[in-house]
Amino acid sequence: MTVDQSLDWVAVSAERLNPDELADWVMRPDCGAIVTFFGTTRTTSTLEHEIIELEYDTDIDLAESRIRRVIAAARERWPQVRAIAIHHRVGTVAVREPAVVVAVSSPHRGEAFAAAQFCIDAVKRTVPMWKREVWQNGSAWSQEAQDILDVGDLEPS
Amino acid sequence: MSQVLLLGPAHEAAGVRRAEIEGDTLAEVMAAAVTRFGPRFAEILAISRLWVNGEDAPADQAVGPSDEIAVVPPVSGG
Repeated sequence: MTVDQSLDWVAVSAERLNPDELADWVMRPDCGAIVTFFGTTRTTSTLEHEIIELEYDTDIDLAESRIRRVIAAARERWPQVRAIAIHHRVGTVAVREPAVVVAVSSPHRGEAFAAAQFCIDAVKRTVPMWKREVWQNGSAWSQEAQDILDVGDLEPS
Repeated sequence: MSQVLLLGPAHEAAGVRRAEIEGDTLAEVMAAAVTRFGPRFAEILAISRLWVNGEDAPADQAVGPSDEIAVVPPVSGG
C-alpha cells in the first residue's frame, strides 16, 4: 500500500487491515472529529453453517475507481469533511478480521458520522465486490447480494 | 473483438477472469460468451449488469478491441 499526502486514501488489497492506521492517516490539525467504521467477518450468515472464513473477489482497479466515486459523492454532500480513507480486503479473510474500513475526519462530529455512514452504505451498494462464505465442508456465494447501483442513484442522505 | 472481465460468480461460472470475445455489439459479444462458457454462465449473466469501460451500457452498444466489457453480478461487499 502506498500512502499519498492527498485527502483521499483508497486501497483494495489482500493485506490485513488496521483501522488505527486509517484513523491516524485521516487526522488533521483542524479536525476535532474522526469517525472510523470497520466491518468484520462474522460466523453467522443466512446459511445454516458456522462460517470460518470469507473470500472476497473483485477486480482491484475497478473496485478502487468505484470507491473513489463514493468519496467524491460524500464530499459533495458534506463539503466540511477533510480526509477520507476507505480500504477493502480481497482474498481470504478469517472470522473476526476487518474486511472493510472507513475513516473520516471533519472539524465537527456531525458531518463525520454522516459521511462515514454514507460511505460504508455506498461501498456496499456501488462497488463491485463478491463475498463467498466458507464453512467446514463447503462454500457458497453470499445470499445477500444486491444489484449494483451507481452512486448517483443512492437516496439523498 | 472485445476484452471481457468476468467478476465474482461470473468469474466462477466462466472459469476465467478475462477473455477476448468476438462481436460488434455488446449483445453479440455476450451471445458468443454464452456459447463459450455454457448454461451456468448464462444464468449468472441474466441477473448481471453490463458495463463498457466502467459505465452502464445498452445491449446494442458498438464495442471494439479497445473496449473492456465487465459482467457485474449482484454484489455483496463489506
